[in-house]
Order: sequence, then C-alpha cells, then structure tokens
Amino acid sequence: MTTTTVKSLVNQPYKYGFVTDIESEAIPAGLSEDVVRLISAKKEEPEFMLEFRLKAYRQWLKMTEPNWAEVGYPAIDYQNIVYYSAPKKKEKLGSLDEVDPTLLETFEKLGISLSEQKRLSNVAVDAIFDSVSVATTFKDKLAEQGVIFCSISEALQKHPDLVQKYLGSVVPAGDNFFAALNAAVFSDGSFVYIPKNTKCPMELSTYFRINNGDSGQFERTLIVAEEGSSVSYLEGCTAPMFDTNQLHAAVVELVALDNADIKYSTVQNWYAGDENGKGGIYNFVTKRGLCQGVNSKISWTQVETGSAITWKYPSCVLVGDRSVGEFYSVALTNHRQQADTGTKMIHIGKNTRSTIISKGISAGRSENSYRGLVKMGPKAAGARNYSQCDSMLIGDNAGANTFPYIQVQNHTAKVEHEASTSKIGEDQLFYFSQRGISSEDAISMMISGFCKDVFNQLPMEFAVEADRLLSLKLEGSVG
Amino acid sequence: MPLWDHGLESTFSKVLAGHPAYEVTGGEVLYRGENLFDMEPEVRSRAGIFLAFQYPLEIPGVSNVDFLRVAYNSKRKHEGLEELDAFDFDDLVQQKLEVVKMKPEFLSRSVNEGFSGGEKKRNEILQMAMLEPKLAILDETDSGLDIDALRIVAGGVNELSQPDNATLLITHYQRLLDYIVPDFVHVMEGGRILTTGG
Repeated sequence: MTTTTVKSLVNQPYKYGFVTDIESEAIPAGLSEDVVRLISAKKEEPEFMLEFRLKAYRQWLKMTEPNWAEVGYPAIDYQNIVYYSAPKKKEKLGSLDEVDPTLLETFEKLGISLSEQKRLSNVAVDAIFDSVSVATTFKDKLAEQGVIFCSISEALQKHPDLVQKYLGSVVPAGDNFFAALNAAVFSDGSFVYIPKNTKCPMELSTYFRINNGDSGQFERTLIVAEEGSSVSYLEGCTAPMFDTNQLHAAVVELVALDNADIKYSTVQNWYAGDENGKGGIYNFVTKRGLCQGVNSKISWTQVETGSAITWKYPSCVLVGDRSVGEFYSVALTNHRQQADTGTKMIHIGKNTRSTIISKGISAGRSENSYRGLVKMGPKAAGARNYSQCDSMLIGDNAGANTFPYIQVQNHTAKVEHEASTSKIGEDQLFYFSQRGISSEDAISMMISGFCKDVFNQLPMEFAVEADRLLSLKLEGSVG
Repeated sequence: MPLWDHGLESTFSKVLAGHPAYEVTGGEVLYRGENLFDMEPEVRSRAGIFLAFQYPLEIPGVSNVDFLRVAYNSKRKHEGLEELDAFDFDDLVQQKLEVVKMKPEFLSRSVNEGFSGGEKKRNEILQMAMLEPKLAILDETDSGLDIDALRIVAGGVNELSQPDNATLLITHYQRLLDYIVPDFVHVMEGGRILTTGG
C-alpha cells in the first residue's frame, strides 16, 4: 500500500509538457564557424559581438566536456543540435498586439500572462520562446525610472556600450566548456540595468520556454546594478515532454557595484524525463555574480525540481570589501533524475561574508549531490562563511552526496560547515497516518519544514508556488 | 487492561493500527461493526483508533502545533465537522496542555525532535487528548519514564478515560498499575490470551 502511495505521490504528471504548434525558423542542426556567423548576422549584431562569439567558439573547439560531476549520460552529439530556432514573425514587434496569439496563448497556459489586463501587477516579465524573446512587459514603466529591462538582442541594438562593457566580465567567453558554447551560439536572454541609487520598482522576471524538440536553448542573462541600486529578479522555466534530451546551456552574469544589491531567484521546472529516465532537459548552466563594489550583495535562491540532469553552481566572487554572497538552494530529484549542484563563494576582499544553505531532496532512484567551494583568498582578512548542507532521502533507492571544498589562504578568515542527512521512511509516514494525516499531507508538511529556510528567501508570490510545486513533484514518492 | 508478553503485543497493536510492514493474511477485526482491515491506517485513526507509540518518531521541521492541527482537523473533516480555525484551535490546545502539564513552548518545537524520553511520551498523551479516541492502545508508554513523568502520563490517561471509550494498556511492569487501575487484565503469551481477570 505505502509503496503505491509513495509512487503515486511522486509520479504526478508533468503539466507543462505540451508542444505549441507554431511555424518556426531554424538554422539546420550542426555547429561551425559559419553557424556562429549566421546567428550573429540574423540578429544584426555589432561587430564586437561577432568577435566575442568567434573567440568563444575557437576556444570551445579546444575544450573537453567536464566529467567530474556525479552525473552520467551518453555522449552529446553537438552536431545534432539546432542552435537557433525562432517562431516566425511578420515584422518587428513594437507592442504586444503584434505578438503571435499562439505564443500569447502558450504563455497564458503556463500561467504567465503577457496581456495588459491580466498581468501580475508588480512583476515585469520577459518571455523567451526557444531562442528568442517574444515580449517584455512594463518596459516603458520601468524606463521612467531609468531601469532597462529588455531582451539581450534588443540591448545589443539600443545599448551596445553597456553590453560590451559588462558581457563576459564575470563569466569570460572561455570560462568552461558549456559557457564557451553558450558564448558562441547564445541567441537571446534578458538584460537588466539598474541606474545609480535606484530601487527597481517591481520584480523582474524572465520565463524560459523550450518548444522545439531538436533545439538547444542557450540564453544569456546580464544584470548590472549600479552604485546604491537594488533589484530582485526571478526566472522560471518549463519545456514540453519529448523522448529525446534537449540541451540547455545558459550563462547568467551579475554585476553589483558599490552598495548595490541583487537578488536572483530561480524556480526551475524543466521537463525531467519519464520514470525510466527517458527524455528530459540537460541543464548545464553557468551562473556567477560579481560583487565588485564595497558593501555590495548578491543573493542566489534556487528551487530546482526539473531537468534530467542538473549541473549548476551559482557563485559569488566577493571582490569589494564587506561584500556579501548568499546561496539558498532546494534541489529535488525523483525517478532517474541526477543533480550535481551547489555554489562557489570566492572571498577576495576584506571582511566579506557568505552564507550557503543547501537542501537536497532525493526520491525514487535519483542522485542528488551538493558540490560547493568556499575559497578565502590571501587578502580576505576577517572574511566569514557559514555553510549548511542538508540532505533528505525519500524511500530506499535514492542517493545523496555532499562534496564541500574549502580553501583558506588567510588565517583571520573563518569557515563553518554543517551537514545532515535525514530520511522520510515508512515509519514516519505511519506515524502521520496513525494520527489521521494522509501521506500526501505528511510529505508536504515534512518537505515544507525541510525547505523553510530557503523558501523564506523567495519573493512572496513564488514561495507559495514553490511549496506547491515540490509537493506535486513528490506525490506518491514514499514507500 | 494490561497485556503481558514479549514483542508480540507491539506487533498486535501495529497490526490493529495498520502499519504497512505487516501483512494481514487472514481473519478480521470488528471495530464498531466494521472490519478494521478494510480501512486505511489514516481512516482507522479518524474513526477513533489511537496508538501511543513505544518509540515516538521525531519529525524535524514540522512543528508540534501544525502536526496537532492537521491531525485534529482531518478527524473533524471525517466526522463532517468544520475545521477549527487557528484561534479556536489554540484555545483547545492550551486547555489540553494542562492534562500533560506541558509548557506552551512545546507547541512551537518540531514534533518530538530533541525531546527527552518522558517528553515524548507526554507528547503522545497530548495527541491522544486532542484526538479523543474511542480505542487508545498504549504500547509500553511507561517504559523509560521517571516517576514524575510516569505520574503525569498516568494522570493524563485516567483523566481521558470515559465510559464511552476504551484504553488498552500494554506493559511489562507493575508500577504503572499503581497509578492506573484496569477494569480487565489479559495475560498474553505466544500470541494468545491465556487468562482474563478483573
């Protein structure tokens, strides 16, 4: 009985698995210098951008795929991926009225309303479909405060200087295999610029949707917060269910100048593949924030529930004195999902501080690893880190690992690390059911409690959503 | 009605409550006219069967008060009653805390996490006081208790005992019986009741 309950609990159907039937324009599968040039040409990019891409591509050719993560998958054929796929459109988009209704409908179905009347009143959204941004809401309202929020393609046209100044400044073109690939072929993403002493008046959000079964998604997000500014940004992602695997290799760069504050939250729900591990997204992502200014702060919060494989380490480079890095993560894996995720906190400036709270939940036959680096550089006098890594196992067949790497080169720095492992088993569930509480409620109560420290960091609207999402994902998983 | 044996009474009580590790291969247990084995464990609980665990489980991250509220309200729902709102529930729970002489601070702590042996057992009786079962099975609730805790637990059991409910007490020791006077005593051995007396 319990086994089936746990199974049915974990085996909720993925409700975003539909495919939108829309005519798209794609560059045929395969990667070469010509493809890189073609992407750049299609987007009518400035010269420096093409240079950036080509440099990255040439470096990528010399690199090998990383194999140190606790994940396994068949070799990826990079010549078999479509690197550019865009819904066909008639003319350039000036307003939402010109957006293909099929696309609006798609996002509506995903719960993201782009139409004027139904928008979330305090969240501006950039909607990205396969390789391109289809719409950004509240652009004008934000512009009144000098905030730039648009697709990175548009930023390259309208604000090339800003993009040139910061693109690749945190994650260089040849940073790692997947980041280099992204730099060569990325087709869109979001760009955010918060001017001096400005508090961004609303939440900014990008919603990523992969639709094409053969295409990869390579988006690039760049957020720059000038002195004394602050912004809270959220990304969400879903994809249809395909039997094949799609590659998602994104790069996110954050730059915080003096006294600036960036909060970046992710609720990742890419299609995870079926129970037997067929299909699903390979989520190989490089996210890094640079606390360049004194007293600046970058906070990553992630709720990772989807993807067949997750390879992701949102990091902070703490250069400015007294700057602060935070990483709050919930990673949930089920069935055959594999996640190797964590963070890097690189302390360079004096009295820098970082906090890492990581919660891994593994169910089914999944593998869930935390991998994190805390590095105290020679000049990081008085720097402090606190890390807490908790794993929760559901059932008897899931795995959890913790790989903390600690490097301290300054004797006044202080590093603390705590870890725990707990298990939701038959006996706990029986305890709940003996008190009249159903297994569904029991699991959801235990998971909410386990994840509380992280959910508290999410913007209100999304905390509730994340809580619900986890419960859904785990329905039927304990046995 | 105390019951003496070694291990089998625990099995027996878990089977009654529907622990998934035990498979019932035959027979039936009639409870208020219905076969218990046809009911899911949570339904048995809502129908009034309560098992005080010999080793109450720790549930990190779930506060005692949330646990009690969800449990209590699922029983109300089962009985076709409205769920109690947070305020009314709080009034009720404060009142029940008296029964086991527990401080309100206990409510905000995670269920049984870091509780002493005696606190865990008192917490079981608190849950019992909230759920007001028709049939309470107390599996070695006296084991590992110091004399003060034993008195509190026994006092709670006595206070909750009513003409329309029954308590099945499983114990290996005389000392609990100094505080709780049973109506019947059954002696169990080898899975069978050898003697019954009053």
